[in-house]
Amino acid sequence: MSEKYGIIASFRDTPALFHAAEKVRDAGYKKWDTYSSFPVHGMPEAQGQARSKVPIFTFIGGITGFCVGLLMVWWMNAYDYPLIIRGQPYFSPVFPFPIMYELTILLAAFGTLGGMFLTNMLPQHYSPLFNSQTFLEVSGDRLCIAIEAHDGLFDAVETRRFLEEIGGTDIEEVSA
Amino acid sequence: MATTNQDSSMDATQAALLARVQPAELYESPLVANDRDFNWVTEKICRIVETKTPLWWWVCMAVALVTASFTGLGLLWLVSTGVGVWGLANPINWGWAIVNFVFWIGIGHAGTLISAVLCLLKQGWRTSINRAAEAMTIFAVVCAGIFPLFHVGRVWFAWWLFPIPNSNVIWPQFRSPLEWDVFAVSTYGTVSVLFWYMGMMPDLGVLRDRAVLRLKAGSYEGTKIAKQVAVGMDHFRKNFYAILAMGWRNAGNHWRNYEMAYLVLAGLSTPLVLSVHTIVSFDFALAVLPGWHTTIFPPYFVAGAIFSGFGMVLTLMLPLRALYGLHDLITQRHIDNMCKICLGTGSIVGYAYIMEFFIAWYGANPFESYAFINRAFGQYWWAYLIMFSCNVFTPQLFWFKKVRANHAFVWIMSILINVGMWFERFVITVTSLANDFLPSSWGYYSPTMVDILTFFGTFGLFSVLFLLFLRFLPLMPIAEVKFVMPAADPHGHGSGHGHGHGDPAQGQGDSH
Repeated sequence: MSEKYGIIASFRDTPALFHAAEKVRDAGYKKWDTYSSFPVHGMPEAQGQARSKVPIFTFIGGITGFCVGLLMVWWMNAYDYPLIIRGQPYFSPVFPFPIMYELTILLAAFGTLGGMFLTNMLPQHYSPLFNSQTFLEVSGDRLCIAIEAHDGLFDAVETRRFLEEIGGTDIEEVSA
Repeated sequence: MATTNQDSSMDATQAALLARVQPAELYESPLVANDRDFNWVTEKICRIVETKTPLWWWVCMAVALVTASFTGLGLLWLVSTGVGVWGLANPINWGWAIVNFVFWIGIGHAGTLISAVLCLLKQGWRTSINRAAEAMTIFAVVCAGIFPLFHVGRVWFAWWLFPIPNSNVIWPQFRSPLEWDVFAVSTYGTVSVLFWYMGMMPDLGVLRDRAVLRLKAGSYEGTKIAKQVAVGMDHFRKNFYAILAMGWRNAGNHWRNYEMAYLVLAGLSTPLVLSVHTIVSFDFALAVLPGWHTTIFPPYFVAGAIFSGFGMVLTLMLPLRALYGLHDLITQRHIDNMCKICLGTGSIVGYAYIMEFFIAWYGANPFESYAFINRAFGQYWWAYLIMFSCNVFTPQLFWFKKVRANHAFVWIMSILINVGMWFERFVITVTSLANDFLPSSWGYYSPTMVDILTFFGTFGLFSVLFLLFLRFLPLMPIAEVKFVMPAADPHGHGSGHGHGHGDPAQGQGDSH
């Protein structure tokens, strides 16, 4: 085991994981994360994470969709090949509103999913964690915290002791 | 989230107050019955996909494939001959095809309602039914799409519906509600798939990790061949689910962005689902035909869509619950709630039927009132009767607790609801067209064998898709079911065996 990815520790139940996360945050670690097979309410705050940036991508997608819808209808029905329908004006922002509405939602949804992938750095088909039995058991009912070796505060002995102190069990080193 | 200081002072005052008032603890039946723990939930849902394919699945699949071939046959017949093989004849140029389209699209709406609207309303009970309902939505949209696609006549020109330059360099005409429908339905299908897929990523990760764990442990039982098959299957699962899960790691950071994206998608799908059936109703309401040209159509169509969709959810979930033994996940509370939504939306539909008559009378337009009297008592009185009795009377039985607890009866009711809702679309479409402006051109519409084969085949197509979903993808969102369990509460007892019923003081802070 030459290169280390970090240390992973398990916790008894959700409150234990939650309070341990607060302690890791307060100890000043930066490169670490909690692992649970379900989202824990209030965990981002306990981990000291900022609000997710996904809505920015949603907004960009939505605005793009709205403008594309508007321009598309104008360009197709009023500019490139003007169509005379019931003697009405070639273009108005009112009649193609459903088109703009649907395209806003469509591109906002793509923006949201894309934003989720970007902010989570997915797809990422390999992680050293996938080699850890402890990590794989998170898919059942295990609750874990892993602190990475390249965190500034990381120390193989101290960090292990710290994780024990805050209630961690089954502490395991994960090789890179 | 408020600061901790504020929280603690609030807590102190609240605790003092609660000690004095001693509020009664409101009983709320738990969403996961029998105090099951996290592992049980994971095992229960994953085993559906991981164990040997049950015999009933093969039987159902065979029946579904044969039925689905009817649609293939009907469409082949249609394309090789022409739309004349359908029962359409002047003045009734919109027959079963449009009826079936609206019927299937409507079914889909319950899935989006469960995954989006109930998510925004923080209805914890939606978690165990939302995955299957979303799958239902997508497959229903697939079935719906077939009909307008082939109704255009020359199906090889169907791409003209999309804004792609065609050989005459004419673009689609964006003033037409039919063109709006192209956008609404394709957006609906696409966004439903995105939402469904994103919600499934964590569970696909679970299936991937479980396959890896089994391969690591290597404790396969049985003969040598059986072991090899099991190992091969797990290798396949490992790769298949790994590709789909995109490297999901259950990390706190992943969940943070995922939850935000989920909430945003729910917020986007809510106006979407309302707009889709509104635009479908515009196909009718924007025409000047008596009986179609009414402003009540958008809300009436949306309520009807949710009504029929919940009927279909009940039709699907009740047998699944029995077959897979999901009684602890789909409890009586879930069934009660679904029945109550049917009751609520069914009552809105009933109100709309009566309101149409009232407005026809109140509007004092003889042509308008004739259209409605003719609808109920004219040549299609039998269709109106089926529609009215199935949609208005059936759901009213759900007022009674005893009815809701009798699952066989609820299942039959749910089928009646869908029969009624199909007839609603038939009544709206056909009665208005059959007796339009010129009595000299009035007609009577009957479907042909090709119409009937094509429509019944879509139930087969739907079943084939749904059975494949059952076999390869997690039937319920494991993460979301765990999230509503008491053991997932970071401030609760956390023993894995929570009290499970709502504590009025605690309920406030428990939401997202």
